[in-house]
Amino acid sequence: MSVNPELQGRVFPPVAPYLVGREKVREFSRAVFATNPINHDPEAARAAGHHDVVAPPTFAVVVQEATLAQLLAEPDGGIDFTRVVHGDQRFSYTRPIVAGDELTATLAVTSIKSLGGHSMVTAESNIVDASGAHVVTAISTLVVRGDE
Amino acid sequence: MTPVLADLSVGDVVAEASFPLTRDSLVRYAGASGDFNPIHYRDDVAQSVGLSGVLAHGMLTMGLAVQPVVDWAGDPARVLDFQVRFTRPVFVDAIDGATVSVVAKVGAIDLDALVARIDLTVTFNGATVLGKAQARVNLA
Repeated sequence: MSVNPELQGRVFPPVAPYLVGREKVREFSRAVFATNPINHDPEAARAAGHHDVVAPPTFAVVVQEATLAQLLAEPDGGIDFTRVVHGDQRFSYTRPIVAGDELTATLAVTSIKSLGGHSMVTAESNIVDASGAHVVTAISTLVVRGDE
Repeated sequence: MTPVLADLSVGDVVAEASFPLTRDSLVRYAGASGDFNPIHYRDDVAQSVGLSGVLAHGMLTMGLAVQPVVDWAGDPARVLDFQVRFTRPVFVDAIDGATVSVVAKVGAIDLDALVARIDLTVTFNGATVLGKAQARVNLA
C-alpha cells in the first residue's frame, strides 16, 4: 500500500485540548537538558514577564503528537507506521507555551510528494490557546519508505 | 543580559556545548515526551528494523540542540522559530553512551525585525546529525 495522494489538503478534526502542567514542563525540560530557571522556577518566569514556567521550544511536539496519531490512523491514508521516518521538524511560535495553557491542535496535510520511491508527507499542526489565539504551528515531514 | 543584535556579526560563535547521552537519557525523554517507540530502548527491536542498535529520539537531539541558544538568549521565549532536518541517527551505546556536540553561529541578522538567525552544527562521532538546523531568536 502506498500513501494516498488525496490526503493532500485534508484537515482533521481538532484533538482534545491539552492542559500544560507545570510539572510536565519541568519534566520535559529535564529530559532535553534545559536548565534555564525560566523553564523550572515560576518566580524566575514571572520576573521575566511570563505567567508561569515556559516550556522549551520543542515541547509543542507533545501537543502535536495526538494529531500525528490521527494522520497515521486515517483509514484511507495508506501510511504504514512501520515504514515512517521523521524527516524534518519545525516549530513557529506566536508566543511561548507556558504552564496553565489549554492548547488545541488541528492537523492539516499540506503536501505529499514522491521522491525516489518514497513518499514525503508534510503535516502542519496549528496549535491555539483557550481563547482561540495562535500559539505555535508544528510542522513535520514524514518520510514513508516505499516497498523494497 | 539579552545579547545586543548590533554587536553581532554573521559567523560569530555565540554558544557551544556537549551533551553526554546515556540509555537513561533516552528512557527519561521517552517518559517526558510520550514517545515509547522501542527502537529507543531495545537493541533487539532496533536491530530487527536494520539499525545497529538503540538510537536517540530525533526530537531529543533537536530539543537539546537549541538549549545553548536559549541560554545565550537568556529566555526560552526568545526562540520564535526552530527547524531541523534529521540526517543521521545518534546511536547510544549501552555502556559508553554517546556525546552530541553543538556549535551555534550567527547565520543572519535582521535589524528591522530585531531577529538573529542562529545556525546550529550538531555532531556525533565527528559527523553532523542535523541538517538546516536554524533558530530564529528575538533580540528586541
